[in-house]
Amino acid sequence: MSVVRIGCGAGYAGDRLEAAAELAERGDLDYLVLECLAERTLALAYARRRRDPSLGYDAGLAARMETLLPTCATGTTLVSNLGAANPRGALDATVEIAGRLGLTGMRVGAVDGDDVLERLDGLDRTVWETGQPLGEALGDIDWAHAYLGADALLPALRAGCRVVLAGRIADPSLFLAPLMHEFGWAADDWHRLGRGTMVGHLLECGSSVTGGYFAEPGRKDVPGLTSIGMPIAEVDRDGTAVVGKTPGTGGQVSVRTCKEQLLYEIHDPAAYLTPDVTADFSRATLAQAGADRVAVDGGSGHVRPDELKVVMGVRDGFIGEGEMSYAGPGALRRARLSAEIVRDRLDRQGVRYSALRTEFIGYDAVLGPIARRAEPPEPFEVRLRIAARTETERAAAVVGAEVEALTITGPAGGAGKRSSTRAVVSVRSTSIPRSLVRTTLHTATT
Amino acid sequence: MLLHEIAHARAGDKGEITNICVFPYRDEDYPLLVEQLTAQRVAAHFAGIVTGTVQRYEVPTVCGLNFVLNGTRPGGVSAALELDAHGKSLSYGLLLIDLG
Repeated sequence: MSVVRIGCGAGYAGDRLEAAAELAERGDLDYLVLECLAERTLALAYARRRRDPSLGYDAGLAARMETLLPTCATGTTLVSNLGAANPRGALDATVEIAGRLGLTGMRVGAVDGDDVLERLDGLDRTVWETGQPLGEALGDIDWAHAYLGADALLPALRAGCRVVLAGRIADPSLFLAPLMHEFGWAADDWHRLGRGTMVGHLLECGSSVTGGYFAEPGRKDVPGLTSIGMPIAEVDRDGTAVVGKTPGTGGQVSVRTCKEQLLYEIHDPAAYLTPDVTADFSRATLAQAGADRVAVDGGSGHVRPDELKVVMGVRDGFIGEGEMSYAGPGALRRARLSAEIVRDRLDRQGVRYSALRTEFIGYDAVLGPIARRAEPPEPFEVRLRIAARTETERAAAVVGAEVEALTITGPAGGAGKRSSTRAVVSVRSTSIPRSLVRTTLHTATT
Repeated sequence: MLLHEIAHARAGDKGEITNICVFPYRDEDYPLLVEQLTAQRVAAHFAGIVTGTVQRYEVPTVCGLNFVLNGTRPGGVSAALELDAHGKSLSYGLLLIDLG
């Protein structure tokens, strides 16, 4: 194959199925990648698996497979991290759906081995964020996943799987694996692996490179956002690429949309660490190569990191929160009075919290001190939000209840009360030697 | 003049860290951004939001600056008390820097 056509049909777990279906139908793809797993979604997947051990794969898997599996039967290979906390469960579910759709003779693969919780015992490492020795933190760690690389997916591609499901694979590796497979790139061809990683990074957030997460009316206008298309890269065997999108869709692929995505969630652009390579985007070039087509070049790479990054979910208490709106004259003053009342009432009851945050939505909720420094005019409407971290669920519930109680025991005109309580799973990181991580391919034929 | 007049930006999160990349609309304004948007200035601008250090990286081939803001969301997105748990809107906070 001289050029591989690879598309991204999901940039996050909740991404739009309609856009994925259009991509699958019209993209003429060799590979369709669905990136559906973030730090937060992995935490949610574990919560589901705890309730039912057969679950824990992405909650939207069934809907995606029902829509996209018929495309796989026509020659497109689907690669995804939809396996989340349970790739084998995802395999079983996919085979069942394929059967229901009458799609027979299709090989499906699932890769696991990223769950490394049991391997952390006795490992002499620290928790990156806190500096705490890993051994001391182990008791509170709910789950731990190593970020696997493209090498974990290659056996499935070589085995001819039309659907490859995994859990915690580094996002760009989902794209790099098909390129390595098609072009025969060696696992130590750092230059090409870096280039392929750059292409993967541009695509991994779906429509974030085709005009999504970009528009600002009057300044950065994007046509047809309603029907925004998903991205497609045409990649050659040197890792040079043209990024475009599903034909006949809205959105925009421009040098500007690609620039913003190029550095999205990047720290040092010369050293973007993945399990596969230390990718170097610091000399990247982007050039308009036609309508909604951008040529991508200049990427490179260096030797991969020695160890694999591990992401860990740590049980970390609860968050209780409540909201209430105030409107018209004195809205902000009434909201401020409410905030004082809630804090006082929590203190009087001895409700313990490690942190409490008061926000006035419409005034300073999001930009905090930056918003206040700008001395914005008093808002016509403001929504009070109070959120607190607590050790117990009971204390968290009191925070929300006290905000709701403002309805008749607070200032005038409080409206639209709402409250919630949730368990906190903090996400922490460490690293693990590669030798301690063994991946396994499970396959089934529909 | 606010930075917003001449540049666009995007924020992303990874664990406790926010990064904001910023690009001038016109490439000829890139040297001005390199000169004006020092890591120290960005750190001062985000005082009260960033609890750690701020690093700046330059990518001249795309006229981009990338700022890494450490400790904006202790515990990561799941543990954040902020309405904007991801810190997505901090890009527009950066664009409020007054270039004079």
